[in-house]
Amino acid sequence: MRTFLMAVATSALCATAAAAEVKIGMITTLSGGGAGLGIDVRDGFMLAMEQSGRDDITVVIEDDQRKPDIAVQLSDKMIQSERVDIMTGIIWSNLAMAVVPAATAQGVFYLSPNAGPSALAGKGCHPNYFNVAWQNDNLHEAAGSYAKGAGYTNSFILAPNYPAGVDALTGYKRFYGGDLAGEVFTKLGQTDYAAEIAQIRASGADSVFFFLPGGMGISFLKQYADSGIDLPVVGPAFSFDQGILQAVGGAALGVVNTSQWNKDIDNPTNAAFVETFEAKYGRLPSLYASQGFDTANLILSALETADPSDADAFRDALRAANFDSTRGDFAFGPNHHPIQTIYAREVIQEGDIFTNKIIGTALENHADAYAAECKM
Amino acid sequence: MSTILVIEQILNGLQFGVMLFLMAAGLTLIFGVMGLINLAHGSLYMVGAFAAAAVAGATGSFLLGLIAALAAAALAGALVELVVIRRIYNAPHLDQVLATFALILIFSEGTRWIFGSFPLFLDIPKALSGPVTLPGGIQYPLYRLTLIGIGLLIAIGLWALIERTRLGIQIRAGENDREMIAALGVDISKLYTFVFALGAALAGLAGALVGAIQSVQVGMGEPVLILAFVVIVIGGIGSIRGAFIGALLVGLTDTLGGVFLPEFFKLFMETGAAQKTGSALASMGIYVLMGLVLIWRPTGLFGARA
Repeated sequence: MRTFLMAVATSALCATAAAAEVKIGMITTLSGGGAGLGIDVRDGFMLAMEQSGRDDITVVIEDDQRKPDIAVQLSDKMIQSERVDIMTGIIWSNLAMAVVPAATAQGVFYLSPNAGPSALAGKGCHPNYFNVAWQNDNLHEAAGSYAKGAGYTNSFILAPNYPAGVDALTGYKRFYGGDLAGEVFTKLGQTDYAAEIAQIRASGADSVFFFLPGGMGISFLKQYADSGIDLPVVGPAFSFDQGILQAVGGAALGVVNTSQWNKDIDNPTNAAFVETFEAKYGRLPSLYASQGFDTANLILSALETADPSDADAFRDALRAANFDSTRGDFAFGPNHHPIQTIYAREVIQEGDIFTNKIIGTALENHADAYAAECKM
Repeated sequence: MSTILVIEQILNGLQFGVMLFLMAAGLTLIFGVMGLINLAHGSLYMVGAFAAAAVAGATGSFLLGLIAALAAAALAGALVELVVIRRIYNAPHLDQVLATFALILIFSEGTRWIFGSFPLFLDIPKALSGPVTLPGGIQYPLYRLTLIGIGLLIAIGLWALIERTRLGIQIRAGENDREMIAALGVDISKLYTFVFALGAALAGLAGALVGAIQSVQVGMGEPVLILAFVVIVIGGIGSIRGAFIGALLVGLTDTLGGVFLPEFFKLFMETGAAQKTGSALASMGIYVLMGLVLIWRPTGLFGARA
């Protein structure tokens, strides 16, 4: 098990230690197939910490290997022996469900930089739980809204057969409103989509919506492009983030996808973020990196006005969300999930690099569907 | 459900099956000849895909990528055999599982160390991209047809190697009694290294061929490895013919089950529920098949020893 203890921006000349050290525990995925996401979140987060210049914050980073049991062990260790004040970092919803309820029940603040399962947004919401990214359904709802606006009336929709996949299709249908040419649940981790593509071809659909995160999406898009089917494709940003677009290549060109962030959102914070991230890590940031960066800046802004030891004051400071987000204005809804604008992006090629360009707004100031169920 | 769709799905099942065969053939040879459970076989599949992606990316030639995949996987296989596997032939199976599992971790993290955490790009060669129209008006991707062709050719080649050559006789003899053929003057350790490298090369080739239509990423080998184990258990351990029949059965069951089970449930359920039930049952399909085969033939379809 690797532990990185990073004292942020250590200053050798600092003679007196700061009065109260703040300890942040980050559990994220740094090895295995899903490591690209965790690494982006971590890099975005650490970039903001470094830019803050604060030397009284310690970040403990651990790798959950995408396994819920390991995430739980790490979280117990962080809470009980490391005595962290704030936790963050988890990418996957099933890991978040294993860790977050126990952590918040023990009085730790948890800020999610990615996973947004519906259970934690609705009945299972908690005063110490904040989601800085999105509720899981949001980007799919935006895709449905975009499809409706584009005049599609007969979509073929597919997603893996697991809770987030079911949520994805539900989210799409919530805003789409047209007929379905087909609705297919694939196997989680499936790599061959020949059978589904044949069904799409035979279905008479006028558009395709898919939620296949990571490698599944790469496989689907390559095979879809090779099949000769010419229907428009819509999806959430998870299959079109900066990390995997290069692996999909030309097969993704022109595909519309929905995201709360893109590198061309026009505000000074975002411009500086994209520039400094690229300078430091030698690659363009993804939406995951922007989420890590925003999470760190939210924590930093709250630390300006309150200390985590004063839980009520610190919670109010987090809720105020008084920081410059890469997304522009940032505000929390009553269940501590963002109310935000979600954009439609198109995959384009800039020189040798494949990336996204915003082509319109899919949903304006959008809150999630579960906020009403949250009582806190 | 039209005939065209059914035929297209059968072709998909065949294509999946022959690629599984490339994986399973090496696995069954290694298990049959050396009595070794090699969990790291999936890593060799990954090595092939990464080598192909790296070389094809640098040179622009898919063919050079394939050659690199074969060479890299064979080399990695031979190296693993010489350095690690050779020491554990006589160890209990649990020790072999532990050692080859360690190899999976070493290969995965080593690959990440060299290539980074993000998936690599490997595309279908221009000449093979796009669909072709088959008799009867079926649109089918040319690349997948090519995969079926390559898989069948390799199956024939392997059969000829095992059944018609001196080397094949030695391999089959080694499977039955390794001490006896050593006593007859065959250099058994060289034979083992060769078989291991051959199995590795086949896995690497499968990785490279499939990598062009899938995602070339760390950990891509393990899901295929599980299926390959199912294939060799169905086919009978050590049997190339068994691996071939088993791979086609698994490929067809998995593909056709995934398509037709939900359709079947739609006859008496509403669409959403039928989809969920059908696809849940379909993902169990190959394991049910394995169970049925094992009840009927406890040593697999072509398993020799009782």
